[in-house]
Amino acid sequence: MGDVLHGTGIGRGIAVGTVLRMPEPLPEPADDTSALTPDAEKERARASLAAAAAIIRLRGERAGGSAKEVLEAQAFMAEDPTLIDDVGVRIDSGKTAERAVYEAFAAFRDLLVSMGGYMGERATDLDDVSQRVVAHLRGVAAPGVPDPEHPFVLVARDLAPADTALLDLSKVLALVTSDGGPTSHTAILAREKSIVAVVGVTGALELADSTEIVVDAATGDVTVAPDEATRAAALARAAELKAARSAATGPGALADGTPVPLLANLGSADGAADAVEKGAEGVGLFRTEFLFLDSATAPTVEEQKAQYVRLLQAFPGKKVVVRALDAGADKPLSFLNDAAEENPALGLRGLRALRANEPILRDQLRALAEADAETDADVWVMAPMVSTVEETRYFTALARQLGLKTAGVMVEVPSSALLADRILADADFASIGTNDLTQYTLAADRLLGSVASFQDPWHPAVLKLVGEVGKAGRTTGKPVGICGEAAADPLLAVVLVGLGATTLSMSPSALADVRAELARFTLDEARRFADLALSANSAVEARAAVTSAATP
Amino acid sequence: MAERTVEMASAHGLHARPASLFTQAVAKAGLPVQLSKGDKSVNAASILGVISLGIEQGDTVTLVSEADGADAVLDELAQLLATDLDAA
Repeated sequence: MGDVLHGTGIGRGIAVGTVLRMPEPLPEPADDTSALTPDAEKERARASLAAAAAIIRLRGERAGGSAKEVLEAQAFMAEDPTLIDDVGVRIDSGKTAERAVYEAFAAFRDLLVSMGGYMGERATDLDDVSQRVVAHLRGVAAPGVPDPEHPFVLVARDLAPADTALLDLSKVLALVTSDGGPTSHTAILAREKSIVAVVGVTGALELADSTEIVVDAATGDVTVAPDEATRAAALARAAELKAARSAATGPGALADGTPVPLLANLGSADGAADAVEKGAEGVGLFRTEFLFLDSATAPTVEEQKAQYVRLLQAFPGKKVVVRALDAGADKPLSFLNDAAEENPALGLRGLRALRANEPILRDQLRALAEADAETDADVWVMAPMVSTVEETRYFTALARQLGLKTAGVMVEVPSSALLADRILADADFASIGTNDLTQYTLAADRLLGSVASFQDPWHPAVLKLVGEVGKAGRTTGKPVGICGEAAADPLLAVVLVGLGATTLSMSPSALADVRAELARFTLDEARRFADLALSANSAVEARAAVTSAATP
Repeated sequence: MAERTVEMASAHGLHARPASLFTQAVAKAGLPVQLSKGDKSVNAASILGVISLGIEQGDTVTLVSEADGADAVLDELAQLLATDLDAA
């Protein structure tokens, strides 16, 4: 049997398949003098630009939805008359078609970047098109997600949203990345779509195409060229997991019957039907940023209300927790905070930004109260990134004044977890955002690859803070939910319940696995696992201790 | 020579989707049309050129064509710019 590589597993799935490497970005074409005539080079450039446009357009047709519009615009960029003229001028000065195409796109790219903001973000579109055309000119595979006819295990450095939007998930058996931690885009996608994934695997980039590997998310192991026994055992476990997943239905509960309502994290009203179908018992986190992104100004009360009504109608009689606008370090909104900050994660964000723009917060709460009055859902509202008792009082008072019955806060900052008893004396509930809580507890930027290894919610320091909130919830008799990525990790979900979480909210596709896992253990066992995790020295130790205690 | 001056209506100005719709309309018309803002002028059928003008809502832009029979085409294009393309 071959080597075993190790990384961080996402979820508990296991898969067997052959490697397909994500092509690396192409090196910059050398600035050599062309050996061909300018006319011949121009013909090559023309043919490759047209071919790239056709391929991009075809991918757009296949992807559909919003990806189609983006790709359609990219196809027009490859056919752009000004760009083609510019390529011609550069070829006339003796450059190769590759170099001329590269330079022409780069010139436009620099122009867009210099314009900043929204235009700057389009620069990556141009890079994408440029790479495709240059790849076609060289006759090599285009960078970007491969699209073979057979199922495969995708091996990449990390995946960007642009890559995964085009991924044909029905063919992806598993994802393996060399970079990225448990909150990387790859990991989030894997949880959302229930794809087996192991991230941050040292040595992953040495895996050659067509090598057979076993990807085990439960252990974080990637076994290269498995022997027959390992292979058979992996396939058997995959079948077992599939069976367990379809067997677990109904409301979330532990083996002893302790109910643990399983809720959905949603980013727009569009996902509501899918969440209900997957058994969500309500919504534990409704992100409202989609209403505000891409806008230069905040939407009106009426516009917001219409969206909230649409969402609430999908959950009659059920709990729906709506988070007030969370303009974060990763999703800045110019009308909330335009100031350049040295440490945006520690800056004017979350409730702080809303408070500085109170009319926006008031409008949102008013729209929500009106939507609540028109529908039968049980609407709860919570403030993002609350760090003090005073902020808690400010938010809950405002929400109640504007007609909302249940007002709580998100616990994402250690100060809130440490003073949870005082915060819950006022707030009606707390919801723990484990991604940010981990980032702030370990002082590691969750968007920064170089410190991704710190971003592990199994870390005992993070769990200790969760335990503080759980304890305060028990004392005050108030609900404590979890709505971060941690709730979607089945075994960690059991630990979180042991620490005092009363509900778990996650991407709808993670519900089945978590439901199945909860049903395996009693509350006493969950508490024992929590103690084991808390007494560990590190995230790795905590996970290992609980995994071994949970394995029959 | 035909010329039209228009105020940009789309809330997000002329980038991405509106620019894509606009340049497609120019390409379909089949006439050479220049679009200018301030002292910068670009081929109106070039999505990159149009985007690079950085046209925002409320900006005044000019459409010019030397081609015969360009009046009807420019009217149509001016109409397009005066419409909120984001809502389209």
